Amino acid sequence: MAVRRIELMLCTGTGCVAGGCFRLKKALEEEIARHGLQDEVSLVATGCNGFCGQGPLMVVMPEQIFYGWLKAEDIPFLVQEHFLKGRPVKKFMFVPPEKREPIPLLGDIPFFKKQMLLVLRNKGVIDPEKIGDYLAREGYAALEKVLASMSPEQVIEEITKSGLRGRGGAGFPTGAKWRVGRAEKRIPKYIVGNCDEGDPGAYMDRSLLESDPHSLIEGMTIAGYAIGASRGYVYVRTEYPLAIQRLQKAITQAREFGLVGERILGSNSSFDIEIREGSGAFVCGEETSLLNSIEGKNPEPRQRPPFPAQVGLWGYPTIINNVETLANVPVIINRGADWFSAIGTATSKGTKIFSLVGKINNTGLIEVPMGITLREIVYDIGGGIPDSRQFKAVQTGGPSGGCIPASHLDLPIDYESLRGVGSMMGSGGMIVMDEDTCMVDVSKFFVQFTNDESCGKCSVCRDGSDALLEVLTRICNGEGREGDVEFLEELGAAVKDASMCGLGQTLPNPVLSTLKYFRDEYIAHIKEKDCPAKACRALIKYYIDPDKCPGCMLCLKNCPAGAVQGQSKHIHVIDQAACTKCGECLEICPPKVSAVRKLSGREAMELRSLPAPVPVREWRARRAQESTTKAG
Amino acid sequence: MAKLTLDELRSKRAEAQKGLYLREGEFRGKVIVHMGTCGIAAGARPIVTKFLEMLEKSGRKDIMITTSGCAGLCSKEPMVTVEMLNSAPVKYVELTPEKAVRIFQEHILGGTAVATYALGMGSERGA
Repeated sequence: MAVRRIELMLCTGTGCVAGGCFRLKKALEEEIARHGLQDEVSLVATGCNGFCGQGPLMVVMPEQIFYGWLKAEDIPFLVQEHFLKGRPVKKFMFVPPEKREPIPLLGDIPFFKKQMLLVLRNKGVIDPEKIGDYLAREGYAALEKVLASMSPEQVIEEITKSGLRGRGGAGFPTGAKWRVGRAEKRIPKYIVGNCDEGDPGAYMDRSLLESDPHSLIEGMTIAGYAIGASRGYVYVRTEYPLAIQRLQKAITQAREFGLVGERILGSNSSFDIEIREGSGAFVCGEETSLLNSIEGKNPEPRQRPPFPAQVGLWGYPTIINNVETLANVPVIINRGADWFSAIGTATSKGTKIFSLVGKINNTGLIEVPMGITLREIVYDIGGGIPDSRQFKAVQTGGPSGGCIPASHLDLPIDYESLRGVGSMMGSGGMIVMDEDTCMVDVSKFFVQFTNDESCGKCSVCRDGSDALLEVLTRICNGEGREGDVEFLEELGAAVKDASMCGLGQTLPNPVLSTLKYFRDEYIAHIKEKDCPAKACRALIKYYIDPDKCPGCMLCLKNCPAGAVQGQSKHIHVIDQAACTKCGECLEICPPKVSAVRKLSGREAMELRSLPAPVPVREWRARRAQESTTKAG
Repeated sequence: MAKLTLDELRSKRAEAQKGLYLREGEFRGKVIVHMGTCGIAAGARPIVTKFLEMLEKSGRKDIMITTSGCAGLCSKEPMVTVEMLNSAPVKYVELTPEKAVRIFQEHILGGTAVATYALGMGSERGA
């Protein structure tokens, strides 16, 4: 392979694909060829870089210059300036929020600085469709080591010693699970990689498959060797087409090289992998429902025990691990259990991938050591809350998790600490909320989700989520009643206790945790008909302050409902009956005027706006007279 | 293709590692070819090609060939700056591909600057 002087690591994760990175790719190839640089500059299509908020993005090696928010029309200038003339282009570099000077190098950007990459060690560095790239980064070295020098028991011992726990949510020790699988004498045995990622806003597993599919294949193959399984399934959602395509390609390449299949690397072990696509039912992330789905049955949970490690797929021993758990395995084998267990907290070792989304400046995918604080994630990596708003809470664990308030920002994150504050690790969704987020509305959103996704097998989950949703909807609509809060708590506890699977057992968590930390918001909704965050439409009114309105017609022209009355130089009045409360008038009213206000509770109830528009001049005169009368 | 044995896997990996050095590199040296309009007009492109060719031949993975803008001494282009770890940068002027070969062999591989082609040692001070 010819030596090149520049390599362009163009992100082709799903986020950047949606942002048009393949158009960039074409433009880059054309421009590079136009300047005759094709032998000096090469282009590598990588998986998700992680800094999705800056996509479409590219990192220029070897210097590691980071360019974000690129457009195809920028490319001719960029290629000529940087790749031909050697002048990195400032205007495409990352500028931190509320700062002016760009940060040229990836390693200096705070978003990347505090991360620790074990599972995502290859993200943005390799082309996920080339097995050679993976091999060059110690790829399949762990498999090689295992086959050449370790017994299955030694592998399990190493994983146990490392302290690795399940990354899908519950945090069960991986080594212990494997030991049970190993002890089973019946064959065939199976390994299942769980990539049924359904939490709203979460995309850790998808990105892992898109950026480094071989690390999953290697981890699964080692698991197969340790347990004595001959076959593995990766259960992926059909709506992850790019992940499926890359994984399929990777499996084919690994099979051609003899890294999976019959007699791996000339040894006596055989293990092959197949993809099973799920149609996107949330309950399939629950392991026994997932097994039913693979078998072609209705995805409903099975009674446990017996656990899948004993009675799993088609009744045979089956180890189900989250794909992130499996992708940790090659790292542990290569670096050793002692090295791995030195990272993290007393009970939780290694790193965790989170998708950091919501009201946060730096949206993206991050991998951080266990024990990092929420504050470091939100403010250092995430760059804080946009528009200088106040942080309110962070939601972890998706629909099964809970909201953690600002008072716990310094909590070091691990499985136990999150559970201790009423949330959970979950698979790694992290949704940041600011002062404009209504916590009752949030819990309604999640219960709506789990209510839709409940398989219906247990009545307490099916009907319990119905009842929870009904009460929450009532509260948000301003029809909350005395006793609602107590009812939610009682029913929530019952649903937790009586549901058979994880979906039902955890679905009350968003309600219970917001009741714990934001109880006064529920009370305000019920008693004062007040939504403190001013988010619940039924409880708010938009109002134009006559003392500030210059009658400029901006809100009047932009109101999609035609609810703003008035004419030029007349004070505008909102017809409350016609108003749909979309907030367009508040958005459009210029900051120096800021005549539009959002009211809730008492203010909204007692609102007396002008009965009809009056000329601005007339209003001002009337006000002036009023004040002189008062003064006199 | 045929299935690999353990040994074949190892040699495949070693082969693949050659292609990735720009992405992981620990660099000991850096050759900066000045590619302002003046540099390009004076023939900087063949210099880049020559350095890349030499680098490939040498098999070294710790040398970075990069470009930058005009060095401010347009009459002496093509110019390069060679920066080796723990020693002062050296600017070479009025280069030809032949001179580039000597610089690569003596300075970059050998560790001794080619005094006859050098403009001087060090760089301008920053503001």
